[in-house]
Amino acid sequence: MSRLAATFAELAEKNRKALIPFVTAGDPNPEFTVPLMHAMVSAGVDIIELGVPFSDPMADGPVIQRASERALAHHQSLRTTLTIAKEFRKTNGHTPIVIMGYLNPVEIMGYEKFADAVQAAGVDGVLTVDLPPEEAEECTALLKARGVDPIFLLAPNSSAERVKKMDAIGSGYLYYVSLKGVTGAGHLNATEVETKLTEIRANTKLPIAVGFGVKDAETAKTIGNLGDGVVVGSALIKEIEANLNNPAQAKQAIIELLTAMRQAMDN
Amino acid sequence: MTEKYNMPDARGHFGTYGGIFVAETLMPAIQELNTAYRHYMKDAEFIAELDKDLQHYVGRPSPLYHAERWTKELGGAQIYLKREDLNHTGSHKINNTVGQALLAKRMGKTRIIAETGAGQHGVATATVAARLGLECVVYMGAVDVARQSLNVYRMKLLGAKVVAVESGSKTLKDALNEALRDWVTNIDDTFYIIGTVAGPHPYPAMVRDFQAILGREAKAQCLAQAGKLPNALVACVGGGSNAMGLFYPFINDADVKMIGVEAAGDGIETGRHSAPLCAGRPGVLHGNRTYLMSDDDGEIIETHSISAGLDYPGVGPEHAWLKDSGRAQYVNITDDEALGGFYALTRMEGIIPALESSHAMAYVTKLAPTMKSDEIIIVNLSGRGDKDMQTMAKREGIEL
Repeated sequence: MSRLAATFAELAEKNRKALIPFVTAGDPNPEFTVPLMHAMVSAGVDIIELGVPFSDPMADGPVIQRASERALAHHQSLRTTLTIAKEFRKTNGHTPIVIMGYLNPVEIMGYEKFADAVQAAGVDGVLTVDLPPEEAEECTALLKARGVDPIFLLAPNSSAERVKKMDAIGSGYLYYVSLKGVTGAGHLNATEVETKLTEIRANTKLPIAVGFGVKDAETAKTIGNLGDGVVVGSALIKEIEANLNNPAQAKQAIIELLTAMRQAMDN
Repeated sequence: MTEKYNMPDARGHFGTYGGIFVAETLMPAIQELNTAYRHYMKDAEFIAELDKDLQHYVGRPSPLYHAERWTKELGGAQIYLKREDLNHTGSHKINNTVGQALLAKRMGKTRIIAETGAGQHGVATATVAARLGLECVVYMGAVDVARQSLNVYRMKLLGAKVVAVESGSKTLKDALNEALRDWVTNIDDTFYIIGTVAGPHPYPAMVRDFQAILGREAKAQCLAQAGKLPNALVACVGGGSNAMGLFYPFINDADVKMIGVEAAGDGIETGRHSAPLCAGRPGVLHGNRTYLMSDDDGEIIETHSISAGLDYPGVGPEHAWLKDSGRAQYVNITDDEALGGFYALTRMEGIIPALESSHAMAYVTKLAPTMKSDEIIIVNLSGRGDKDMQTMAKREGIEL
C-alpha cells in the first residue's frame, strides 16, 4: 500500500480528515522549506504538497505566482524541489509528499528520468496541473510502475464521465478544485461543494481532497466535514509574504494557522 | 509528407506536437468550443455570414501586389506582396477575430477576452466586440503597453478594457497567462479569442482555418497574374498565424517552398532572441506541445525582439511539425536586419510595413537575389507600420 493510501486508510479508521498544506518549495529561500515541513508535521498535518516553482504558473493566483517568483530568484526548480523532499525524507519516513507543478519542467527532464528522480526522492504523489488524463498515459504509467500516485484535479464543471476517467487513471486521491478560478480566490460555497462531492463520489472510491478558498479554521472545518482532506495553500503563503524580513515569524504564523485548523477539524 | 495533408488528428496532435494541456476547469469549455467549431465550419449559413463579413467589413480579398521596383533593385525572383496590411484594422489578425467572434455569438457567449503583444490582435478583437456589442477585456504585458501605446488607445476607443499585466516578463506570454486565469474564472459566459495558431486544440487548427483565406486568395491571384504557382512563400513567425494562413493552402504543392522567419533579436548567439524553432526545444506551454525557449530546468526564458508581436517564447504546434517533417524551413532575422527590410519596402515601394512583417521583408532581400528572374516569391505583408511610428521615431532620435 502506498504511503498516501495508508494515510487515508488510517485517517478513515480514526474518523479524521487529512489536513494538507501547500507551500512552494524554496519560498522565500531554499533553507526555509525542510524545517517548515517538519514543523508542519508536528502541528498535525497529514500530507504535504510541495509546489514546484515555475516561470508561468497559469492556474495560480497572485499569491502563489509571487511565491514562485521568489523561489525562482533563488534558482529553485524541479530538481531542487526533489532535493528538498529527499532531505525531509531522511528524518521522516511516514508523511506523504505530493509535488504539484506544471508540465514543462517534467518534459525537459524527460518522463522516465523524472519518474526515477521522484521515486528516489521519496515523493509519493505527483500532481501536474496542465496534464489532463487525455495526455497523461505515458507519464502516469511510469509513475505507477514506481509506486508513485498520479493525482488529478476535478473541477465544479467536470462531468460524471470525466470523474470516471480520473478514477481510472488517478490514484492516491483526487483533488477537487472547489471553485472556478485560480488559487487563492475567495467565495467558497459549502452547499455547492457538498452537492458536487456527492455527484463525484457516485463515480469514484478514491479519497477526495478539497482545495481553493480554504483560508482559516472555519473554512477548514466546513470543508473537512465534506471531503476526505482539506488543502490550504495561499493562506499559508500570505504569511510568508507578510514576513519576508522575518522568516522565523512567517514559520510561526503558519504553524499557528495550521494548529487552529487542525483543532477546528478535529472538534 | 503524405499525399493529402490532414493534420491535426482528432485529439489535436500534429505528430507529437499540439494536444490539449490545460487545467481541468478549462476542459469542458475547450470541448464545448471544439464541438461548436466543428459544427459551424460545416454550417452553410455560418460560412455565408463569415464570407460576407470578410468581404464587406474586412475588405477582402486583399491585393496580391507585384513589387516591380523592389524586384528590379534586388535583381532576382519576382516579388509579390500579399497585402494584409490593407485589411480593416491594419493586419491579418482581423480574419481570425471576425471568425471567432461569430462563433462566440452562436455559442451564446456575452464576454470576450484576448491577449495581445503588438496590440494588433487586441485591436482586431476590440473591433469585432464593438461591432457585436460584446464586453471585451484585453490582456497586454506592461512592457508592450508602453511600447505600443497607440494601439492601447485604439482598443480603449473601441470600448475594450485593457489590462496591463505586471507579472513575469510583462510581455505576450504573461498576457496569455493572465487571459487563461480570467477564462478559468469566468468560464461560463466568456469566449477566449486566441490570436495565433497556438494554445490547446482546437485553437491551432481553428485559427489556421480562419487565416487560410489569405493563402487561398494568394494562390488564386498568383495563378491569375503570373500563370503559375510561386516558388517560395515567406512569412514572419511569432506564434505563426500569418505564416500558417499563407502556407496551409500550399502544403500539398510540394514544389512550393515555405519559409518562416523568426525574430533573432540581438542575434541567436546572444541568447536575446525570440526564435524557438531555430534555437529552442520541444516542451509544453499554454496548452500545447511545441518548440519553446526554456532552460535546462524547464523554466521559460525571457525573449527579445524589436517587434512586440514576435516577442513570444513558443510557436504554433503545426510549425513545429512542419519543421520536423522538413516541409517548411525556418530562418531568423535580427532586429537590425528587420530595420533594413522596413526601410527597403518603405523607400522602394512606398509601403510602410509593421516591424513584424519587416522580418519577412528582410529575408526576401537575402533570398530574392539567389533566385532566377522567372521565379516567384510571395511574401506576406501581414501588417502595416502605423503602430510602429513611435518606436521608429525614437530609434531615429525624433520626438513625435
